[in-house]
Amino acid sequence: MSQRAAGSRLPLPFPGRTQRVLPGFGLSLGISLTFVSLVLLLPLTGLVGQLAGLSLGEYWAIISEPRVVASYAITLGAAAVAALVNAAFGLLLAWVLVRYDFPGKRALDALMDLPFALPTAVAGITLATLYSSNGWMGQTLAPLGLEVAYTWVGIALAMAFTSIPFVVRTVQPILEDLPHEIDEAAMTLGAQDGVAFRRVILPHLWPALVTGTGLAFVRSLGEFGAVIFIAGNMPYETEITSLMIFVKLQEYDYVGASAIASVVLATSLALLLAINLWQGRFIRRLHGGN
Amino acid sequence: MSPLPLFRRTLVASAIALGVVAPVMAEERELLNSSYDIARELFATVNPAFKDHWEASHDDTLSIKQSHGGSSAQARAILQGLRADVVTYNQVTDVQVLADAGLVAEDWQQRLPNNASPYYSTTAFLVREGNPEGIESWDDLAAEGVELVFPNPKTSGNGRYTYLAAWGAAERAFDGDEERVTTFMRDFLGNVKVFDTGGRGATTSFIERGIGDVLISFESEVNNIRQEYGSDDYEVIVPPVSILAEFPVAVVEDNAERNGTLELARDYLEFLYAEETQRLLAGFNYRVHDEAVVAEFADQFPETELLKVEDVFGGWDAAMEAHFESGGRLDQLQRR
Amino acid sequence: MQRIGDAPALRRLLIGAAVALSALFLLLPLVAIFAQAFSQGLGTFWVNVSDTYTLAAIGLTLFITALTIPINLVFGVMLAWLVTRFAFPGRRLLQTLIDIPFAISPVVAGLVYLLLYGRNGWLGGWLDAHDIQLMFAWPGILMVTVFVTCPFVARELIPLMQAQGSREEEAAVTLGASGFTLFRRVTLPNIRWALLYGVILTNARAVGEFGAVSVVSGAIRGETNTLPLHVELLYQDYNTVGAFASAALLALIALFTLAAKAGLEWRAARREALA
Repeated sequence: MSQRAAGSRLPLPFPGRTQRVLPGFGLSLGISLTFVSLVLLLPLTGLVGQLAGLSLGEYWAIISEPRVVASYAITLGAAAVAALVNAAFGLLLAWVLVRYDFPGKRALDALMDLPFALPTAVAGITLATLYSSNGWMGQTLAPLGLEVAYTWVGIALAMAFTSIPFVVRTVQPILEDLPHEIDEAAMTLGAQDGVAFRRVILPHLWPALVTGTGLAFVRSLGEFGAVIFIAGNMPYETEITSLMIFVKLQEYDYVGASAIASVVLATSLALLLAINLWQGRFIRRLHGGN
Repeated sequence: MSPLPLFRRTLVASAIALGVVAPVMAEERELLNSSYDIARELFATVNPAFKDHWEASHDDTLSIKQSHGGSSAQARAILQGLRADVVTYNQVTDVQVLADAGLVAEDWQQRLPNNASPYYSTTAFLVREGNPEGIESWDDLAAEGVELVFPNPKTSGNGRYTYLAAWGAAERAFDGDEERVTTFMRDFLGNVKVFDTGGRGATTSFIERGIGDVLISFESEVNNIRQEYGSDDYEVIVPPVSILAEFPVAVVEDNAERNGTLELARDYLEFLYAEETQRLLAGFNYRVHDEAVVAEFADQFPETELLKVEDVFGGWDAAMEAHFESGGRLDQLQRR
Repeated sequence: MQRIGDAPALRRLLIGAAVALSALFLLLPLVAIFAQAFSQGLGTFWVNVSDTYTLAAIGLTLFITALTIPINLVFGVMLAWLVTRFAFPGRRLLQTLIDIPFAISPVVAGLVYLLLYGRNGWLGGWLDAHDIQLMFAWPGILMVTVFVTCPFVARELIPLMQAQGSREEEAAVTLGASGFTLFRRVTLPNIRWALLYGVILTNARAVGEFGAVSVVSGAIRGETNTLPLHVELLYQDYNTVGAFASAALLALIALFTLAAKAGLEWRAARREALA
């Protein structure tokens, strides 16, 4: 029996019929459903309403326009790179913050949340300033032949920046909760650091790492404010999907904007559902194994 | 530990917030002007002048509020319920959208002089010191190796003017030979280095990031930029043929009636045509109509032939449909 | 006892890499904001910050944030309690639904509210007829801010409460604890850090939200112009120093929040160590 079902004595499909131990089912269900309906679902009917007027053929024509399709590829590619970079960076930071003590650790820990705290437009303006050819970073990178601003790399950079906290903050608590014995045992047996990490630690972190990376990826798909300043916005080269939505809005084309937005929304929701299912399975396995 | 300290802090903050917001909400005659994004300083200068003018002949105190943003987004907000009394835009189409929705009088362009455009401008070039590429007119911009910066015509009215000016100038130069115009436009668009979403972004790219040889924008803009960023480092080039960029104004009758500000709103827009206001406007590098002021500022605005969108493209509606809508000329020219 | 990665050389290497990368990607942008804000001296910075419209924008932003936090705090706790303490059909779906704001681009989030409550929206006609102005007034800004920030508290609480299970709470109930006492004495102490972190994220995002707010705000100066919108406006209008001065304020609010969190954590850690 998994822990998560502990609230009900019997896991019947109709919860109202079982005697619950914990109080507050009615209250929390009522508040949650009201909130979700009013705040989340009701507004989405506006989006659905816009799409209702479209035939399937028209819908397809809008979302499969070559320039829009090119923007999907650019957005997905850059978001994937950003997410992978964050997976590595986040794992390193989580490890260092949990396992080591050093001066300035607390400040470093606090700094991790900066991308969430900073308005994305401010991040965009700042990154573009830093990485343009005469910015502090741009000047340093230019001699190496690396152009960041107004290229695909810039898009990935902005996406990576805005989603840094996801991996760090999902991996960190798991790493903290790992019992000492696990890696002490591995070390006593004489395994090397790298091997021991891969064999002993990583299997525990894996689900959190995937979750964090997935969240970072989803966040990057929808990012607009930070990216728009540092992307060159050239058709077929550096135009992201959010910009396509923005362009449609400028043309007073709510239907077109809604159609493209629905593609992004569906993709993101599918990914999030997958992450949630994965997370649930992991928790079950963890507790089932105990 | 509960998050109480944080909560208490936010409560205090909200009290402060109410204190700050409340005085702004005090009762007085109000007028809301919905305007384009780069007109903040312009109206910060014009509004106090109008306030004096109005209060001299009326008993009430007047407070003029400003809303600034991209002019399409601004018009969209009014369509969706923003209760602006007047609009002062840089795009005829954005006022027309409101007229089509019945919020602005159908004949708004006839209600005030000069197509309801109290000031106007044209599209001009900003080049770097000494004009190293020797840019004089539109055909120089399509030459190989010349790098251009101007905002995306898809997202910016400024960018649309640039596109139409280039097209109109090419049509004149090639005597309407469509194939040569198309080739020119393809080269011209191919020279664009960055497509920022708005005029400001393009300026930043050109000035602060050092991208491109030519920045194309409104004449008023390039002059302001040159003054702002040092007149020795840049030169303004006004091409011999360019486009007439109108800055249309209108009363949002529907809202003004509801707010009881019809008379005030009309007075405000008429005030933009008064000599003293026209002088203020010319100070911001806009071309104006008042003859006395035109004579005063003659040196500042070189003579140039200004094409009208109506004459070259058969009006804005036709231009939008043929060039800027999805699958239109612009999309075709950019297709690879 | 030796643990993985305890070798001094490796340790120094990893710490060095972490610090260097963080400085490059996180600290440098932060420094750049302040460098720009103060590029023309303290006086210019002060003139920009004490501008009437900047003050009004600060006030509005704090006001909206102060309303958003309690709303999402209550909702987040209720939802987390519901999905981690009870099994019922549709639980997983509900959990995914609250992620919608993560999945939706902020501009689209603003748009859907506008399409519903705006003049041409489904409810807009009725609201307009009754002279109720939601969009382009502070209620609209509050609504979209609540929308974009509503997953933060719940998302922080759910994994933790799931992992902790409900044995302690069940024991307390068996001992006769009532609902509120149970929550205050048993649940709250266990989830306080996650709760606090959720509040901090909500706070940060509510202060900084740009995309969604820009759609429904109308950007009336002194009335519906929030601080991030103010940054954008000043930037668009060539007042770079002014824009970065306001951006620096936002960064300061961010830093203050982060410091508050770090401080609280430190105090709690010390108390635990003493106990």
